[in-house]
Amino acid sequence: MSMMKRFETLTLERETGNYHTSRPISCVARSHQKIEDSSPLVVGTKTCGYSPQNAPGAMIYAEPRYAMAESEEGDIPAQPNDHGESKRLCPRVIGNRDPSVIARTGTRTTEAIKMDLEGMAPKPESEIGIPIVVARANGPDYAPTQGEDTAPAAMAHRCAERYVGSVDGRDDHQPVQSSLPAATECPPKPVMVPPAGRETNPPPVLPGSLPPMVASQPNSESKRQSVRVWGRLPAQSYTALPSLGAGVYVCGVNPSSSRTATTLMRRRKRRLIGAPPPTGPDGTRAWIEKTRPVSGVQTQGSRERERQVWEGSKDYPDSVRGKPVFLTGDNPLEASPARSPIRCGTIVHEIGIPYMDKRYQAAESAPLRDTCRHMCIPMPRIAEKPDNYDQIQRMRESRPDLAITGTANANPSEARGIDTKRSVESTSAQIHGFTNARGVPRPVTRPLRRNDLGDLGWADLVKRAGDNDPPLAQR
Amino acid sequence: MKPAHRMHAGPAHIGTPRVASPSKNAHAIMHAPPGDDHSNVMRSMPERDRDFTPVTASMVDRHVLARGSQDKVVDNTNRKGKEERPDPIAPTPTCTSSILQEDPQNLVRRASITSDSDAIPADVNHHRVDEPQAADGTSEQVVRHHPNKARGQGTLGRSLANIPSANTIGIPTLGSHNQHDCRESKRSSRDIGTRINQIIPEGGFVGNLNNLPKARFNFVPHREVGLMTAVYLDEEFGMPCISMTPAGIIDTAECIRQMQERVGKWASAPPKEKVDHEPYIDQHTRSVPQAAWSSRSIDRQNSTGKRAVIPGDATHATAMTKIPSREMGIRACRAGTYCKHDAERSNEQVRGSRDEILVTDDHTEAGDTIGRVEPPAISGTQMERHVGKRLDTPRGVTSPPVHIQNFPSGYRPSSGYEGTNQIADSVHNPHTLGTEDHLLDILGGHDTEAVTESSPIEQDMLIRSPESQLGSSQIPRSVRGKTKGKTEKSARQNGITNITVEVMYAAREILGT
Repeated sequence: MSMMKRFETLTLERETGNYHTSRPISCVARSHQKIEDSSPLVVGTKTCGYSPQNAPGAMIYAEPRYAMAESEEGDIPAQPNDHGESKRLCPRVIGNRDPSVIARTGTRTTEAIKMDLEGMAPKPESEIGIPIVVARANGPDYAPTQGEDTAPAAMAHRCAERYVGSVDGRDDHQPVQSSLPAATECPPKPVMVPPAGRETNPPPVLPGSLPPMVASQPNSESKRQSVRVWGRLPAQSYTALPSLGAGVYVCGVNPSSSRTATTLMRRRKRRLIGAPPPTGPDGTRAWIEKTRPVSGVQTQGSRERERQVWEGSKDYPDSVRGKPVFLTGDNPLEASPARSPIRCGTIVHEIGIPYMDKRYQAAESAPLRDTCRHMCIPMPRIAEKPDNYDQIQRMRESRPDLAITGTANANPSEARGIDTKRSVESTSAQIHGFTNARGVPRPVTRPLRRNDLGDLGWADLVKRAGDNDPPLAQR
Repeated sequence: MKPAHRMHAGPAHIGTPRVASPSKNAHAIMHAPPGDDHSNVMRSMPERDRDFTPVTASMVDRHVLARGSQDKVVDNTNRKGKEERPDPIAPTPTCTSSILQEDPQNLVRRASITSDSDAIPADVNHHRVDEPQAADGTSEQVVRHHPNKARGQGTLGRSLANIPSANTIGIPTLGSHNQHDCRESKRSSRDIGTRINQIIPEGGFVGNLNNLPKARFNFVPHREVGLMTAVYLDEEFGMPCISMTPAGIIDTAECIRQMQERVGKWASAPPKEKVDHEPYIDQHTRSVPQAAWSSRSIDRQNSTGKRAVIPGDATHATAMTKIPSREMGIRACRAGTYCKHDAERSNEQVRGSRDEILVTDDHTEAGDTIGRVEPPAISGTQMERHVGKRLDTPRGVTSPPVHIQNFPSGYRPSSGYEGTNQIADSVHNPHTLGTEDHLLDILGGHDTEAVTESSPIEQDMLIRSPESQLGSSQIPRSVRGKTKGKTEKSARQNGITNITVEVMYAAREILGT
């Protein structure tokens, strides 16, 4: 009985928040790359420019569609001049890009000097004739991938209101689909016919950004399962924002899109489908099953499909069975990928997470619990706002085989004999849907497979001066 | 406000950890919001450091924005003192603390009362100085703190060492090829019989900073970091300083001559034998490294009169302008630095070695200049490498900011005699590659291009639907061919003749990317 209780509880412990992570604005480069006609203008200091420059690495050289308005000493006493500055800079940012929208991205600088970004937006907007949305992506308030969530959340206000009564099975109500690659000219092939004579609800809108290639895959998966998708936020372009009609449901595709989802719920009065993100075969199956009822379409075979996919990626899990894994927590995307390592047979000690929206991610904890129960391992400890120093002490004690951790901690852990995977990779990895199911265990198995090199005798490569740095792992 | 999105030099608070992190037993506490401890990533990734970077962030969150840090920085400093037991802790202000107008001096004073470690304020103003300047400043502040403390305790080692010795000042994290330069400088010091007293900050035990005055002179190989420290030591202890980058044959020789002079001047007793490094210089110029001969050799003759655009930091841009023009006959048509605060001296150094100066920290201006001048080769920073890529101009990376590939595992110094070899290669290779490409184009291109197109086997009965072609255009180019191959293999295995997006995805599921 006590064992059961242990399975049931989702322990969420809050720590000091002294953890290493990237800045939320380092997401701007990536998130805005996805909204192809947007031109972000980050307002901040040199520091704010430095992280995106280093975080996207080589991407900065590919002429990314983002620009900095670097604040100088004179800008710090927030003067009424801000409007003039903004008016002066916007045309320079636009340049010859001809964007459909300018995303003014706030940082902790604008936060600290209390610059009224929202209040400043309407005037230049009418003057230059290009919509300006305000996305705050400041470090004190947001964790990395949450920064990616603020721009779509701001855009949720700009979605057209559109009455959608019923969908009769034809796709003429899907103007937004036309811009999505791979969905074009591809007639839906419903596996099951919608229940005859009954009107179905319109398909859901999916908040959360996905790599463009992956974005089209849930569509194709949905088609297979007859789950139609109305549109996504962020859409591939600002001009293709989904219209939001009454009765449009909202269903997230990644854990960090809570703000967009909340905005859609509260401000646009849409209803949320609580579903785990469609990552991994189990998550995808659960996601499809959750979204299916609101589409009013009966689908079969998703369990069978899940089984097939597990079967297909069997060669991966074998090498990780029984290995302990530790997630230090770098971005909110980690909780759901954590489920997959467990399902693959690893034992997850701890899941660090910068922030957990318990309500939005409620649907996440149930599958995690189920997975743990299914694999007969205890629920991992979930550390919100983790303390990296303490976590490293805990790693020292629990000696995991693999640590999924931030870039700052990866090499030092490797040198101390712990295999690591950089958690930032999960933000750009293709892990959504059945199609990418193999991508989910890959980050876990790759470092562990490297162990197939055998013990070459140089796992621990640190010279130690004193006793304040004992080995993390002793094999 | 000014528009920007690429910058050559980082913000000030990246400079302080660059000095703190290579020092053993020092720690920097950054008063910063989440994500500002980016220096940890820079140390851990490009430098591939094995140890946890001794930099911790004292997080600025909503509460701090609202009512100041109060006890937070002090608590974190104390905590770090207990956990890591570092010698000094440098609480480091970021742009946020500048904006919040906090008083770092006061925080440090409070922390030093309760902490076991010394708390030294990194007095850097985000708006006034950039990354190299902050590194320079912090280095001086740490050094200044120690002799003062040692003098108070009467432990300051002032007596000169009997053997001629020198301090090397300014080997910070994230310098371009710094580790190798450091090793090279140790090697050549040993060759000429000068002992290295201290190297700071690299590997220097901070406790030994007291012994800095034991050396006969200070050697500052890079303009950016170390000069302030050397000036302080000169003022305080009368230690002479050699501020010279031993890059290239001429300057390396000059540097060694200066060392010879300094060693003789400051000896406590006149040396028994006269120190003469000339035979060493001569031997190394003529035979040991290949640079002098290689520039002389017929193969390199064709480089003569070629032009190059050379932007970079003060040290490297200067060196890379002087060396090709003086030693190889390659003309720098535009050269200069993004270190605007040091531009005057840098321009002075390269007078006569370049046609026009290019002093800018605006990457677009540098890029436009390169576009206008159309040089056959560029040697600059990573940014200019990408300009070169865009313009299809051969390029070499010779100056920070640099990427991980400029932290090679192999021995690649850019200074000293081995450095001359490396520079000779890095200057000549882009020119040769450019010529090679040019000749290939003239002669009709690579004959392999047609071969790697589709082979006749693939031209079988498979029909590809338009959207599957569209789908494959979304696949990164690097794996496109592989994905295509796997899709077709899977189609053949399953007797599918019509390749659709679904077939592509199905293949991906089973076979992986």
